[in-house]
Amino acid sequence: MTLLEAILLTVITASTPLLIAAIGELVVEKSGVLNLGVEGMMIMGAACGIVAAIATGSGAAGVLAAVLAGMAMAALFAALTLGLAANQVAAGLALTIFGIGLSGVVGAAHVGAQREGIGKLEIPLLSDIPFLGPVLFGQDPFVYASFALTAGVAWFLTRTKAGLILRACGESAASAHALGYPVLRIRFLAILFGGACAGLAGAYLSLVLTPFWTSGMTAGRGWIALAIVVFASWLPWRAALGAYLFGGITILQLHAQGAGFRVPPQLMSALPYLITIVVLVAIMRLRRGGTAGPANLGTPFVPDR
Amino acid sequence: MRLILEKRAETPLAMTIASPLIAVALTLVSAAVIFLAMGQDPWAALHVYFVAPLSDSWGLQEVAVKATPLVLISVGLALCYRSNNWNIGAEGQFLVGAMAGGWLALATHGAPQGPWLLPSMLVVGAIGGALFALIPAVLKTRFGANEILTSLMLVYVAELLLDWLVRGPWRDPQGFNMPVTVTFEPEAVVPLLLEGGRLNLGTPIALLVVAIVAVLVGRTLKGFEIRLVGEAPRAARFAGFDERRLTWTVFAISGALAGLAGILEAAGTVRMLQPGISPGYGFTAIIVAFLGRLNPVGCLIAGVFLAITFIGGENAQIMLRMPLDVTRVFQGLLLFYVLACDTLLLYRPRLVRSAAA
Repeated sequence: MTLLEAILLTVITASTPLLIAAIGELVVEKSGVLNLGVEGMMIMGAACGIVAAIATGSGAAGVLAAVLAGMAMAALFAALTLGLAANQVAAGLALTIFGIGLSGVVGAAHVGAQREGIGKLEIPLLSDIPFLGPVLFGQDPFVYASFALTAGVAWFLTRTKAGLILRACGESAASAHALGYPVLRIRFLAILFGGACAGLAGAYLSLVLTPFWTSGMTAGRGWIALAIVVFASWLPWRAALGAYLFGGITILQLHAQGAGFRVPPQLMSALPYLITIVVLVAIMRLRRGGTAGPANLGTPFVPDR
Repeated sequence: MRLILEKRAETPLAMTIASPLIAVALTLVSAAVIFLAMGQDPWAALHVYFVAPLSDSWGLQEVAVKATPLVLISVGLALCYRSNNWNIGAEGQFLVGAMAGGWLALATHGAPQGPWLLPSMLVVGAIGGALFALIPAVLKTRFGANEILTSLMLVYVAELLLDWLVRGPWRDPQGFNMPVTVTFEPEAVVPLLLEGGRLNLGTPIALLVVAIVAVLVGRTLKGFEIRLVGEAPRAARFAGFDERRLTWTVFAISGALAGLAGILEAAGTVRMLQPGISPGYGFTAIIVAFLGRLNPVGCLIAGVFLAITFIGGENAQIMLRMPLDVTRVFQGLLLFYVLACDTLLLYRPRLVRSAAA
């Protein structure tokens, strides 16, 4: 295995959870809801995933538990923001604080408990191709799933009637409601989908990337996923580009630290966060201040019967 | 049957006061259920968490010590949130304040110092926090970059900066390789108010700030501007209020208060710089701000309540062997309930039969 190949493989593993979480949030935001609780849903997915996997001895059960945990957290958010029309920014922050705390309680008994990671799914023959084989066809199932999700969401949003209705809820909830579409139900389903994706991304962290639990292990990835959605101008394939950009930066700074660059390691660790800020500014400059986001993003909707 | 929300014509005053109290009551009930689920006696655990911290002088002083940064930060955040500026990076502004003020203490360490040192440290700390908070504010007004994300990203940057400083240039050479600075000189330490406790001058400073901000919001044009921009941005624009200037102002004030809280914590309670000087004050203060209904006096009361949960959480960890994260669960739940109860202020919930709807 060459060094380049090794770097590419690690970039993929660093980018996959970002991509999965970002795609989920993208759908949520397209429906007009801003869920800032991605970090909280993701870390609950990570905690419940590893606990269930250890308890049952099955990686699949862990993934299922993580997805359900993410959806349960999302349902809590939906109850507040849709059922009670609460402030979405504050509710998202509450979800993050709550999730970080609860994941610590759930995972407390399993800190550092090692578990064999979920293996790679090597496609026969194709994965034997030199260089391209291992990179493209020798990945774990999550990597394929992340691209299937991206393609699926891109198709759903632009090519299906349901996707059009979902976008209508995000652009003008009042108009969608006037046309007779159940805005709140559609937003609820979108929020649940976002929760499932965040939970899945969390499972990737605790079951594949570092196959053990440490509290606070998401380390801001949920927030970076939110930034990726903005960077992507709410376009699925551009979200994939964003996720790989951030994943690439994370890995590059790790390799730079390993290579013994005479730069403080803290500066290197701060790079992904600093670059997030730079990218957010740059993308807004390119757009000349326009948001390109759904027009009704973040505004609660209360149907007047 | 389903739930529908009807907009209220006006908010009843009784509900304004009752809604945070209902939220606290619901949190206590949920806490009891969680304790039961964790195999604890709910009454005993609730006592350890919420009553024991108030039962002696030492505990009361600790509550005041913990409430001080929460109140200082949340009062500033409330100004931001009222005007629709989502500064959630107070944790970073707190750390930068501690580093900026701490820098002065370290630079003068061992040199003859005077009574001017501590006030200067507080001022430098506040300026540091304000400048750090102005970064997301300027990025918002100049480029339209989302301040929620930029202010949060800067928290990680501030944490790493502090980590680098105390492991690198500022490390105490006699510190056995621990990531700490030297202990501050007596002139650089916030004086204690009582013998044998930890209550220091920071607490009266926080009370003074609450009073000043309460007057600012309730009695001045600036306060009116802040409220108007948040509640009726269109009207504010017609009135000729400059939204960009206001964004800078509220970010600078909240950053300064968070920075002041940071240097008070470093120079008062910790007396040195080290990683983890904040147990998440900057984030908990967000909850304080909402529980206090974005009102300075409300923040004071809410800050005391959340300080109790911090102490109760530490006690429960020692006495009941419960994980410290339980405190965060309660804090998150509390914010959920606060937001849910706020709906009761704006809307009248009503159950209707599905057929009627």
